[in-house]
Amino acid sequence: MSTFAGTGALLRLAWRRDRWVVTSAVLAMAAMAYAAMAATLDLYPSDAEAAAGARLMAATPSVAALYGPLPSLTAAGVGVLKTIMMGSLFAAFLAFALVRRHTRTEEEEGRLELVGGGVVGRRAPLAAAVSLAVLSVLATGALSALALLPTGVDPVGSVALGVTIVVAGLVMTGITAVAVQLTTTTRGAGGVALAVLGLAFVVRAGADTSESGQDLVYASFLGWAERVSPFGDNRLWMVLPALAVTAALLVAADVLLQRRDLGAGLWASRPGPARAGARLGSPFGLAWRLHRGALLGWTIAYAVLGSVVGSLAASVSDIASSPGMEQMLRKMSGGQGSVLDAFFGTELRFLAVGVAAYGITTALRLHSEEDAGRAEVVLATRVTRWSWLASHVTIAMGGALWLLFVGGLSAGAAAGAVSPTGVGELLPAALATAPAVLVCVGLTVALFGLLPRWTPAAWGLLAAFLLLGEFGALLELPDWALGLSPFDHLGSLPGGDANPTGLAVLLVLAAAVTALGAVTFRRRDLAT
Amino acid sequence: MTTVIETRGLRKTFGTTVALDSLDLTVRQGEIHGFLGPNGAGKSTTIRVLLGLIRADGGTATLLGRDPWSDATELHRQLAYVPGDVALWPNLTGGEVIDLLGRLRGGLDERRRAELLEAFELDPTKKGRSYSKGNRQKVALVAALASDVPLLLLDEPTSGLDPLMEKVFERYATAARDEGRTVLLSSHILSEVEATADHVSIVRAGRIVDSGSLADLRHMTRSTVDATLARPLPPAEVEQWPGVHTVRQDRDRLVLSVDTSAVGDVVGRLGPHGIEALTCQPPTLEELFLSQYRDELTGEPGAAPAEAEVSA
Repeated sequence: MSTFAGTGALLRLAWRRDRWVVTSAVLAMAAMAYAAMAATLDLYPSDAEAAAGARLMAATPSVAALYGPLPSLTAAGVGVLKTIMMGSLFAAFLAFALVRRHTRTEEEEGRLELVGGGVVGRRAPLAAAVSLAVLSVLATGALSALALLPTGVDPVGSVALGVTIVVAGLVMTGITAVAVQLTTTTRGAGGVALAVLGLAFVVRAGADTSESGQDLVYASFLGWAERVSPFGDNRLWMVLPALAVTAALLVAADVLLQRRDLGAGLWASRPGPARAGARLGSPFGLAWRLHRGALLGWTIAYAVLGSVVGSLAASVSDIASSPGMEQMLRKMSGGQGSVLDAFFGTELRFLAVGVAAYGITTALRLHSEEDAGRAEVVLATRVTRWSWLASHVTIAMGGALWLLFVGGLSAGAAAGAVSPTGVGELLPAALATAPAVLVCVGLTVALFGLLPRWTPAAWGLLAAFLLLGEFGALLELPDWALGLSPFDHLGSLPGGDANPTGLAVLLVLAAAVTALGAVTFRRRDLAT
Repeated sequence: MTTVIETRGLRKTFGTTVALDSLDLTVRQGEIHGFLGPNGAGKSTTIRVLLGLIRADGGTATLLGRDPWSDATELHRQLAYVPGDVALWPNLTGGEVIDLLGRLRGGLDERRRAELLEAFELDPTKKGRSYSKGNRQKVALVAALASDVPLLLLDEPTSGLDPLMEKVFERYATAARDEGRTVLLSSHILSEVEATADHVSIVRAGRIVDSGSLADLRHMTRSTVDATLARPLPPAEVEQWPGVHTVRQDRDRLVLSVDTSAVGDVVGRLGPHGIEALTCQPPTLEELFLSQYRDELTGEPGAAPAEAEVSA
């Protein structure tokens, strides 16, 4: 039996399971690429007008940190800026989710064993998952490139955008393929792969905001994607190093796969204690045990991320020190606060979106515990539904607040060493984003109570909030539509005014949706 | 004896599927009550209603005199539950899970915990993800049997256990009963129920089709009488006797299927024809069970179970 036998059948099975999700994700990405470009061309009908507006944008450090440099001072260059990094991250997440879902998750749940008994080669599951991810990434790149054509922009630039997306998606496919061989759990594999992605983003952001270390950007695969530079230098050949690295990663994954048993990882699981510790005797003790590893990982990540963002304060101050630039940037940031404040305001908001992702993934444990039948065992003891739910929600919300604290503190400490902005400004600013994060966790709980099978749709809500914030203003959406995102009501800290009314409303909303979820969960059947 | 579990007209539907169709179940204190039925008959749904994990659409359920939905937490102090497919936390060891579940129930008998670990040959230091199905089942069984609770709800608890471990389970289930605890044992392993149960209810398509002690049930169904006669009888004549259902002739041997209540009468009628050899077998539980499902096995394909109802 060939070690690849059954790859086609598994690929069809994977497609059958994911066809709607993949199709809608790919179409949504292409639609966003088109909408961003069309709206920009509407705003800047000529390259000259775009150049005037874009000089400001290119000089803003927070823009460079998030999206990278402008590919060119043209209308099309401005129109593609956000799509470059958002599209790269999108393709990376898509590839990550698909590869992990059809390899390690299947193995952990024991379903791979079911198909593995049939005519399925050892390499087939990984080959099928990688094929699905690569095809999805290629489709995303191709459709995003095609979507730009009706706007009348240069076709070569459109192709280059497609290449940008493909570069990020391919390399992440390889990274995930290796990560799923290392650990025995889906969560562990996700931690490894996402840590690499996060590191790639931080390295890229650091390089793009520094004066001298620009070339460091090539140390990150997201940097390669960015430096394809669509509608700028159009370096289509950047796909070649990406192909080479992807191939090398896939070979490494294959070698690891050949060396391990089904269900095992390279990092073997060791025997543990025969007796439970004193704390493992209450629903909260159990929840803490289940979540503490992830919280520790996130804490380290946020300490590092906060320090990196904080230390960018030095180069941001340099760039903004020329008086003319200072005035222009101040005008752009709405007149409130300094350039540095505007920079940190944007960065902290993105840190908050990350913390919301932590809160959602932690609250989703309610769903996975119920789905796997582990909730049933606990709820058949004297543990009430209320205390079981509260144990997970407390850690989701408390952990989120803790991460905001860690991020704000480390950013403030790092920034305080090189600039006038420090802990006193950044810690309150970071904590002021908490109400929006708590709303995201609360919405997850509400979904869990009302529509248990659809709880993971919380990710869709967070994606929608992110897209509203990123592209909503560009698409000239009405205020009420922009206001649907809780992150739209956070005020403008540091430097500017907090929005006490908005924050209070968000807190009440968070409490209300959480209570709704708790009440509906107590009244419904447990899904089994 | 007091009634521990009582359901009357219990109904539960999932969408268009009727899982429980007016289910009446009575379990008395201090008995092992075998709850028999094939996959999908409604055993697990019944147990989940009794645990208050799901709410019945109609009818009443009483557990230890209380309502399982509204008094779930109070009731759960007095019971232990083992599901048919135990899911464990992948990064907790079996020993940790046993302690955790014990504490969540309100305490474990330490001596019994150690004894059960040994009897079931379970290694408590392995992580949840590395246990086989049978070993996951053992983790839940040890946690339940070591809990000091008056009621055990066991939903196919031995699925995945090897025959030796099934015997261990039977021993501890019987011991639990002898201590005065009540056991509801859902199963489709008939030998296990036959070896342990005092009382049996057979569930089919969401309702109880037969319930009683094994002796009662046997009495209500057919026995096999195998007689070798000196002066053979024509089978057509024997078939006319009251209580006789089928007759098979093998030279001078007659094999009859007879209502258990009519066995004495039939043997009396055979006597004058010179009995040279005679065996009489009461029905096994398997035969009892199959008699409730016989029409399904032999009937036309597509016959709806609800229409093909059998009562003993």
